This record gives sequence, C-alpha cells and structure tokens, in this order.
Amino acid sequence: MSLDPAAVRRIAKLARIRVADDALPQLAGELNAILGWIEQLNEVDIDGVTPLTGAAQMTLAWRADVVNDGGDAERVLSNAPDRDGQFYAVPKVVE
Amino acid sequence: MAYTIEGNSGRWEVVVGLEVHAQVISNAKLFSGAATAFGAAPNSQVSLVDAAFPGMLPVLNGECVAQAVRTGLGLNAEIHLHSRFDRKNYFYADLPSGYQISQYEHPIVGKGVIEIELADGSTRQIGVTRLHLEQDAGKSLHDQHPTKTFVDLNRSGVALMEIVSEPDIRSPEEAGAYVRKLRSILRYLGTCDGNMEEGSLRADVNVSVRKAGEAYRTRCEIKNVNSIRFVMQAVEVEALRQIKVWEDGGEVVQETRLFDSARGTTRPMRSKEDAHDYRYFPDPDLRPLVLDPAWVESLRAALPELPDAKRARFIGDFGLSPYDAGVLVAEQSTASYFETVAAGRDAKLAANWVTGDLFAALNRKSVTIEGSPVTPAALGALLDLIGNKTINGKIAKQVFDEMVETGAAPDAIVQARGLRQVVDTSAIDAAVDAVIAANPDKAAEYRSGKDKLFGFFVGQVMKAMAGKGNPALVNDAVKSKLG
Repeated sequence: MSLDPAAVRRIAKLARIRVADDALPQLAGELNAILGWIEQLNEVDIDGVTPLTGAAQMTLAWRADVVNDGGDAERVLSNAPDRDGQFYAVPKVVE
Repeated sequence: MAYTIEGNSGRWEVVVGLEVHAQVISNAKLFSGAATAFGAAPNSQVSLVDAAFPGMLPVLNGECVAQAVRTGLGLNAEIHLHSRFDRKNYFYADLPSGYQISQYEHPIVGKGVIEIELADGSTRQIGVTRLHLEQDAGKSLHDQHPTKTFVDLNRSGVALMEIVSEPDIRSPEEAGAYVRKLRSILRYLGTCDGNMEEGSLRADVNVSVRKAGEAYRTRCEIKNVNSIRFVMQAVEVEALRQIKVWEDGGEVVQETRLFDSARGTTRPMRSKEDAHDYRYFPDPDLRPLVLDPAWVESLRAALPELPDAKRARFIGDFGLSPYDAGVLVAEQSTASYFETVAAGRDAKLAANWVTGDLFAALNRKSVTIEGSPVTPAALGALLDLIGNKTINGKIAKQVFDEMVETGAAPDAIVQARGLRQVVDTSAIDAAVDAVIAANPDKAAEYRSGKDKLFGFFVGQVMKAMAGKGNPALVNDAVKSKLG
C-alpha cells in the first residue's frame, strides 16, 4: 500500500487537519514509511490460525444499569470555548 | 393486488427498506453512568465520557446488551454470541469525540423476520437484516441564536438499537404496518417506549422504484422521519419524484434527503462531501462482546407473550376475527384489559365493547386505556347484566355512558334509574295494543302486506316502554298481535 499526495490531502481533510500543498509530498513519504514498517506483519504465516478476539480472551467488563454520574453541567461545560446558559455554543452549523 | 404507481411509461413498483433507530430503555447510558431521562435541563445528564474529555474510557452497560438481545429474540433473529464495537468517524458539533461507537462488521443480532398485517387481512413477512447497538449523538439547536448553534449533550451516549429491514417492503401501507408492528413488539418487550414525538423511535426510509421484473434501481435515503404517517407519505412522494425523474429521461442519484412534512415533499440534504467515508475500525477501548449462551437462554425464557402469539391465541381460544384480534393485541395494556373483560364471558361481545364503545369513550375523553374511567371489572359487570337479561343491549349503552361520566357501578346505575328490562309479557302486550290502537292506518297497511312497517311498530313499542322492553319478547308480541 502506498499513499500519493492526493490521498494524503483527503485523509487530512477528513481529520480536519490543515496541510499546505507543499507539505504533502513529505507527509506522504513519512506515512508510507509507517505503513511499510507495519506491512512487515504480512510476512507472518497465519494460515489455519483462528483470529484472536481479545487479549488473553478476557471478556468485556460490564457496568450495572445505575445512574451514578452526570448532574454537573458546570463541570462538563468547564472547558467549553464558548457557552450560552447551559448550552455549548459553536459557530452556526445549519443543515 | 400489488401496489403500483401508474406513470406515463407504465406501472412502477416501489421498493422500500427501513432503518429504525430505537432508543433503548435503560436508566444509564450505553457506556457511562449518566441518566437517560427525557426533558432534563441542558447538559445536566452528561458524564465526562459522554463529553469526550481526554482519557475518559467507555464501560459497557450490561442492561443495554440484554435489551438488544431481548429485541433480537422478539424479532425471531439470530443472536450473535460474538460481536464487536467499532468507531464510525465523522465530524459534527454534537459529536464531541469525533466518532460514534457503533457495531459495523459484527452486529449483536443478525437476520430475523417481522410479520405485518394489512388492511385486507393478508399478512407478509418482512426480513430484518440486522440489529446493532450504538450511541446516540447530542442535540444541536440552530434557531436560538443568529450566529451560533447551541449543543446539548444529554442525549449523547444514550443507547440506540438500529434495526435494519431487508428491501422487502412494497407500498406505503406496508411501510406503515412494519413500523407499527415493530413498535408494538418493542413495547411488549419493554426495550423501547416507541414514543415517536420524543424521538425514541425514528426511521430512515430507503426508497427506489422499478418496472416489474427489473433489478433494483438507485435508491435515496430519507432521514429521520418521525411519525408513521410521515413514513407512509415519504414513501409515496419520493416514489412519485423518482418516477418523474426516470420518465423525464433523467437518472436518480443516490443521496440523502429530508422529508418536509409541511410541503409534503422531499429535498436533498446539503451534500456533505466525504460524508460516507466513516473509516470504521474496531474500538480499541472495548474488548469484543462475548455472550454466554445460557444467559441468552435465560433472557429468552423470561420474554413476555408477544403480539403474534397473543393474536393467534385470541383467534383460537376466543374465536375473534383476525382483525379484532390484531386491534386488541397492538398494545399490551389493551390486550390485558380485554382478557379481564372476556374471562368467563362472551368473548366476541367483550371484543365489540372494548373496540367499539370503550375506544370511542377513551377517544372522547382523550385518555389512554390505563386511565380509563371504566375498569375492566366494571365493564365485565355490565356484560353480566346483559348476559343475565337484566338489561338489553341498547340500555347497556346508556348505562355505559353514565359509567364513563360518573365511574359508578353498572348495577347501581340500573337500580337508581330503574332501567331493568321488562320481561313481563302482560306489560309488553299492553304497550303493543296501545301502539296498534294509536296507528290503525299503519296496522291496516301492515296486514295488507307492507312488511317493512314491522320495524316501525317495534320502535314505537320500545319508545313507549322507555327502551326497557326485552327485544325478543317485544318482537314476538308485535308479530302475534298484528298477525
């Protein structure tokens, strides 16, 4: 797998990261190096090996259906860049 | 007769598949301990997990899993003992983490089936493709401020079941029947309250059209339709729109549209470039979900009797028509009311009273059956008075109206108003004689062959007796006196 500058531009856009056009080739090179390193895994022969569904086959921990959180709008809004009353306020996004 | 739409180029079939989002009934959210109740003050039911503060980790609510499994069992669907949570990535102001935790490749519930009943009495099987668990997003309010959107995260992280149907639906009526039936099953199971006004149940409607025998053509998805009536309207107007596009030589493009209920049209959502590139991948914060088959069986054993089974029992045990049985089982509370009234009595008579006079009275009073001014025991007592011939059917309606208004017991009303049926034949004979004497011309006409006047005489006698005559005895007396 290899990424060209156009693919990198698209990935950056989906991730809402602004990348200048002249930075794309270098970024593509770095990402391709990472992908290449990970592709070493393809060398392992896994024919006949059942996929591992979880580390050490531990099951997912469950919580009880109990309300023990929330009820503190101030704490939740504490790092909001902008607010209005008890709402978060963001630049208007209209559908 | 299959539903088709007549276009300029011939008949068109409509193909519909529905994705229903049903909010799970639970106290706490899918991955946090914040409350789920509707209508709380903004951001008052939000944990730091729901607000996606850095480092916060999700912990799965076991009851939400149980609710999804119960629903799967109620839809006669495969329960997948191994499933997985994935991240669906997209940016929106009311999705603080930038991804929704959902189940993409390995949903908890696989193929199932819902049987729908149509107005002509026929039934159809509609396939269910899958059911998966996912988080709801927060709520954006766009109309509170000229330049800002307000965000309330109370709904963020609440558990939803997305229930996807096969494209088996072929008409607006079937689409409505499918949502109604699904809603009924969810309410019986207690897994979703089905309240469409509060958004607990909403549907995305996929519509395409085709000529008979063709493969599927391009479909459009109409998002977030929030009533059964609108689902039916959306199917119809979208099908008409697509037929016009095809017949005008154009091509339907696959897109997401919104239903405008005021105008009765659909319009495209502002096109979101890359909107469908969600880059799903397994959520590294959550292990695979593995269910114990014995636990699934224990949930199965605890399921209530569901609408289809109850309907079959009402038809089989009580001799009700499929239509009446369908009406009575749609809501569990109605079915249980009916069963109390029908126990040890004439079940068809009970069904007629419940679906007729009782429903009309509840409508008039704008109350649900749980708030009925007439208890099932009281309605049963009224039927007993008809059964033992204390009152006739017509007087019973009068007594019932008073029960609705005052909540009084039927025998007390009959006693207080002197409504007891007259079975004394001498009193009936006297009333018949008086009516004949007062209408000699009509009596003569009847005797010369104008049979239709029989009803007139019965009516006059009943009127003279204030409606209290035993109808059979009155009929006999009129017949013999005029004969």
